[in-house]
Parts: sequence; C-alpha cells; structure tokens
Amino acid sequence: MARHLDAIIAGFGGQGVMLIGNLLAYAGMKDNLNVTYIPVYGPEMRGGTANCTVVLSEEEIGSPIIRRPTSLIIMNRPSLDKFQPRLQDGCVNIINSSLIDMELADKERVECHAVPCNDIADKLGNTRMANMVALGAYVQATGIIPLKAVIDSLPNVISAHYHKLIPSNAKALEAGAELIG
Amino acid sequence: MTKQPERIFVKGNEAVARGALAAHCKCFFGYPITPQNEIPEFLSAEMPKAGGRFVQAESEVAAANMLLGAGACGIRAMTSSSSPGISLKQEAISYMAGSEIPAVIVNMNRGGPGLGDIGPAQGDYYQSTRGGGHGDYRLLVLAPSTGQEAYDLTIKAFDLTFKYRNPVMILGDAILGQMKEAIIPWQPENIDDEAGRDWSLTGADKREKRLIKSLFLEEGALAEQNRTLQTKYDDMQSYVEYEEFETEDAELVVCAYGSIGRIAKSAVRSLRAQGKKVGLFRPITLYPFPSEPLLALARQGKRFLTIEHNLGQMVDDVRLAIRTVADSEFAPIFPGNLPVPEDIEGPVLKCLEGK
Repeated sequence: MARHLDAIIAGFGGQGVMLIGNLLAYAGMKDNLNVTYIPVYGPEMRGGTANCTVVLSEEEIGSPIIRRPTSLIIMNRPSLDKFQPRLQDGCVNIINSSLIDMELADKERVECHAVPCNDIADKLGNTRMANMVALGAYVQATGIIPLKAVIDSLPNVISAHYHKLIPSNAKALEAGAELIG
Repeated sequence: MTKQPERIFVKGNEAVARGALAAHCKCFFGYPITPQNEIPEFLSAEMPKAGGRFVQAESEVAAANMLLGAGACGIRAMTSSSSPGISLKQEAISYMAGSEIPAVIVNMNRGGPGLGDIGPAQGDYYQSTRGGGHGDYRLLVLAPSTGQEAYDLTIKAFDLTFKYRNPVMILGDAILGQMKEAIIPWQPENIDDEAGRDWSLTGADKREKRLIKSLFLEEGALAEQNRTLQTKYDDMQSYVEYEEFETEDAELVVCAYGSIGRIAKSAVRSLRAQGKKVGLFRPITLYPFPSEPLLALARQGKRFLTIEHNLGQMVDDVRLAIRTVADSEFAPIFPGNLPVPEDIEGPVLKCLEGK
C-alpha cells in the first residue's frame, strides 16, 4: 500500500494549527512525499476558529480539500464537534484533552488518543507549544513520517525571529510522541 | 548520480510571483485584494533585488494603466488581482488588446458576483475568455491547477504575450493562490528581453517615430485593425494545452478546469476504484479552447459532464466543441461552497445511471 494520509488540523485562532499544518507538510516534502497544505480561516485571526487540511502522498495529489479525512488533530471543543463526525471509521483522532472532555470522544468508531497538550506544554515551560505536543503525538500515532523529519523541518517553518525557540519546540514534539509510545 | 532538483514549499501565489521573476518580469503594478496578496507581497521584496520595479498603485485602474504604459515600452510587466479588482482593470485590458500591447494579468478568482467572498470560485470564466471589457477582442487564458503549473504557465505567459503582442491572463482561484505545494523552480534560457524592439516606444532616437494606439478614425482603419486582430486570434488556435486522464476506455468524460480539474481527478480515481468507466478532460488553455481533442473524444461515442465552480460557463465551450456529434450535461458547484471530490462523484454517478 502506498503511503497516503490526509489530515484536518483544527482549533482556535492563535493555537498554532496553521503552523503545525505547515510543519507536517514541509516534513512530508522532506521525506520525499507529495504534499498539499490549505488553510481555512474564520473571520478573525485570533479567537476565531481556524483549520487547515494537509495531504501527504506517494502518489500525485488531486484534491487538496477533503470532506472525510483519514486523520485529525483537534485542539478545541468546537473543532471536535465539527470534524469528529467526518473522520473515517477506525482512523486516528488526536484530541487535546487539556481543553476537551474525553467523554465526547467517539472511541467506539475511531482511534482516539487523549493528549493533554496544554498541560504537557505548561510543564515544559511554554503553554504556546501545545500545538507541537499534538503534532508529536500525531506523527507517532500515524507513523506517516519519522519524527526526525518534523524536528529537522522546524528551522524551515518557524520564522527567523523565533529560531531561539527551536530546541524547546523539538522537546515538545518529542514529549507528544513519547506519550503515545 | 545527478543531484535531485531542490523542491520548495510555497503557495500558488508565490509560485506565480517566482515564475514571473524567472521570466524576467521587470515591472509589477499591484493593489491589495484577498486572495492574491502574496503575489505583491513577495514581489515587493524580491522584484527590486532582481533589478525590477515594484509599484503599489493607488487603485486597480491605475495599476492596469501603468501596465499598459510599461507594455507599450516593450517591458515585461505584470499585474495581479482578484475578481472585483480584475473588473476594474477591464478598460485598460481592452485598450491593451486594441493596441496590441503585451502584458500578463493574473486573476485569483474569488466568489462573486459583487464583492462575493474571499473563497474560491470560477465565476470569471466568461469575463476571461470573452475579452472582459468592451469591443471584439480575446485574451490568451491559461488555467493552472497546481503550484508547479502556476510557475510554469507564468513563464509561458511572458513568452506568449510577446509572441502574439496580446495580453495573457493567468486564471487561478483562491484554492490555487492559498494552497501550498512543493514545486521545482527552474530558469528558462534564451529569454529575449528586447522582444519588442521592432515596435515598442523607446524614444525615437535615430529612427522613425512609432505610434501605439487603439483609436482608429480614418476610413477603413478600424476594420483593418479588427481584421489584423482576427488573424491573430486564428493563429492562436494552434496553441492549445490540455490534460486527459483515464479517457481511453471512459464511457463518461468529466470536463473541468483549474482547481476543480484536480479535485475531479480525485473523484475519477475513486470512481475508477469502484469500476466506473470515467475519465477527465482538463483544458489548460481556456482561450484558445481545446475544441479539437474534445471533438475527437466525442466522435468515439463518449458522453460528457462539465463541472465548474460556477453556474455554467465553460460548458458553453464544451458544447460548441462537440455540437456536431454530442452534448454535455452540466453540474454546478455554487460559489461560496468549498468544493470536494464528493461534489463531483455524486453528479457523475447520477449521469452514469441516467444513460
């Protein structure tokens, strides 16, 4: 079976869902896959809902927009309500359990992973790295690309002004991956 | 072993902007509007480094007229906008067509009519392929569906606009503009930076004066100009590009262009996996329209379904192309909705059942 995975990554504006979407797609490119990334913004950049769709494939990518994805990263409750019903049966659903009641996870139908992204990020010293924790868990749970490709892509995706934060972002990615084991 | 060419991960807008620089575009005149802002954003930083000029004009009207001025001087120049802004540029585009001035115009089509929304749509097909402004004229219209095509076709647009001395439009949409993909940039060789040497306005120093105009009041002059233009449009017909996918044994051929073309490709793959004999015909040049290859498919007895992100525009050209032997069904995706492969699979299945 050829490697192929599509993902919707969703949360509040400001949670960094666009950044990890970019990072996932960039790392996929580095790992020799075809990739697409497309953002969808709500009316506001911060506080509104934001989501993006990433497709990673060994084959030529047709549609960059997916109605029924084969994986999800869900950072807040409104995103769970909106996207979990669309996730295909048996597929990976990374849920930010710091902000979402896991009672709402559809464990019967899809493969739910409770990842306390904000709590882990807080322990690492920066709550804003919750997104990286989620992506680390996602890459580990799906196995679509090596975590190393993601860590190696950080300098290409994080703007130069924040490059001093690359080591701590890498730690957050690793912490997320370790949680899945 | 030769080194793999380096891939870069960029939005379609940036692919267009990089293609323009690779094609030695020396002037860009812009005005902001979503979803094309990354084109002026990128060029405002990179154009001066390449020895060119970037101007943020006071309006779309001004930008289009600056483009006319640069083109008249034989300079490789471009403007970009999105639907409402492109409407504002139409007067100058008509003048450029009438006075045979080369220029590249990029439209990242958004929802309409009016201000519409900032999402993708294909409502500007008629405007692009029928001229758009007043008078009898045509633009060469190129419709990329991937980041790589956006880069490649922008380079091609500069060749074509000087070859035909006719404005060329690159018609994308908010999907193409906003989506990031991996592309391989390349540098074309043998670009003739002075392709306009025989007609452009360069200061009549030690040569006869030249006149570039679209006003022809002398008896017979306008008819003659229209004849010249018509001959040019006839010549352009030899330049068509299109993609056929799984059409060979297809019973039904889906006709779709641009972003909808690539989304239709996903639909065709998924329907093929279910054993349905479906193919895709994707025009890459919208004007000239690839009528001959479509007619060839129609002569094989295939049926057609045109799907667009509008209420039915390109379907007219599909029907004209195949009118002697077949017809095309049509299914709209309404501007304002984000298209997905299911929007295409449904109508295709319905069409297959309804034979």
